[in-house]
Amino acid sequence: MIELRDVHKSFGDLRVLQGVDLTVETGSSMVIIGGSGTGKSVILKCILGLLRPDAGSILLDGTDMRTGDRDAFLARFGMLFQGGALFDSLPVWQNVAFRLLRGTLKRPKSEAREIAIEKLRRVGLQPEVADKFPAELSGGMQKRVGLARAIAADPEIIFFDEPTTGLDPIMSGVINELIREIVTEMGVTAITITHDMTSVRAIADHVAMLHDGQIKWTGPVAEMDTSGDPYLDQFIHGRATGPIEAVR
Amino acid sequence: MSYVLSFLAYIGRVVLAGLAGVGRIAIFAADTVSHLARPPFYWREFGHALVQIGWLSLPVVGLTALFTGGALALQIYAGGARFNAETVVPSIVAIGLTRELGPVLGGLMVAARVASSIAAEIGTMKVTEQIDALTTLSTNPMKYLTLPRVLAATLAVPVLVGVGDVIGIMGGFLVGIGRLDFGAATYLHNTIDFLEVWDILSGLIKGAVFGFIVALMGCYQGMASSGGAQGVGRATKTAVVAASVLILASNYILTEVFFSA
Repeated sequence: MIELRDVHKSFGDLRVLQGVDLTVETGSSMVIIGGSGTGKSVILKCILGLLRPDAGSILLDGTDMRTGDRDAFLARFGMLFQGGALFDSLPVWQNVAFRLLRGTLKRPKSEAREIAIEKLRRVGLQPEVADKFPAELSGGMQKRVGLARAIAADPEIIFFDEPTTGLDPIMSGVINELIREIVTEMGVTAITITHDMTSVRAIADHVAMLHDGQIKWTGPVAEMDTSGDPYLDQFIHGRATGPIEAVR
Repeated sequence: MSYVLSFLAYIGRVVLAGLAGVGRIAIFAADTVSHLARPPFYWREFGHALVQIGWLSLPVVGLTALFTGGALALQIYAGGARFNAETVVPSIVAIGLTRELGPVLGGLMVAARVASSIAAEIGTMKVTEQIDALTTLSTNPMKYLTLPRVLAATLAVPVLVGVGDVIGIMGGFLVGIGRLDFGAATYLHNTIDFLEVWDILSGLIKGAVFGFIVALMGCYQGMASSGGAQGVGRATKTAVVAASVLILASNYILTEVFFSA
């Protein structure tokens, strides 16, 4: 279980997170929605320790994430970055097997390559892609390679940062389906950041709405349309008028 | 009165920002060096950096040394003629190259070639979240990116300087026997007789310091970059300028330490 308690984060004078409280149950898929620039990605980076919260605490299975062995902590996570964040200098299979080629999870090169090819197949990519470089792939393929890398070491928790941004609707559908399948199949805890409502309905068990640095509403995805929350209603229906200012 | 106070406040802000920058670079350097003692060490990255920084810089450093050696021989000959001291050409070329021009010009050429490419590469990785990706994959970016490059540059640049010394002296030799009517044996004799081990060694030490500075500034500016393509461009420019200025400043300090009476 991941718990965020009264988490604050500012960048200079810009207060991005202003007391975020959120609980994500083990094995569930939480989708955090909210407008651009509201700090959704900042939440993920704070959980991973890429950013240090100014105040508040983040607990993983009841333990503060700042305590304990950092490598062991990170080994529990996989992450799909918004732009893929694939390493340009490495071929696709080495990107996917990055964690398996070094550190505590290191294994023989041939075995790591086999696992990489199997994970690539899992996300619908042919083994021939393994020896290409990221720059030779389309945006959708890069996202899938990023997805394969996120699941390569069989993590317990996976984060998806804007998984469908920049993709056409069909490829978005493919990625959404893949994420849902992987989350269900592997039984992982997932947090997805998006403002794509199709993704929300395809991926989420639970939804949290972030606005003004706070979670305005959270609940099961089935209750999203009948929540009565004015912020959530305006967001999911894409209305220009309402409590959320259109021009921020 | 308020203008004076504003001006003083501005000066204060600039000084504080400068000191903060120096502090950040010092902490970055200490952090980099501290990883030497803490495994893992990424040999593959280190080997790749050695090739990129050392081997591939050889043509530019060699050409710089060759032409500098030749020009130096012409200049010293012309200057020496005023005092009937044309015979000092071989020894002054050798001493000038090994002590000063070899390491400084070699360092500056490596700064232009390597600091820019490191800053651009790491800066691009930073703005495309590849550095964050490294961290989430349980790989410390300082160990994986910074230490191999800094160590490779610290070891490779002295070798480049040594090779540059030989090529530079050869440039002077070619001009000496081709244009200045020196005998080949006399030129080489004069070079070897007057050159001391410390002349060469001091230049190699300077090369190691300059290599450290070049890679450190490339990595630091790359890691500190933000704001997309413009940020990467700014980091690249700053890395080259900062590395060049630091090379010249540290060259003066090292010369003062090594050769002051």
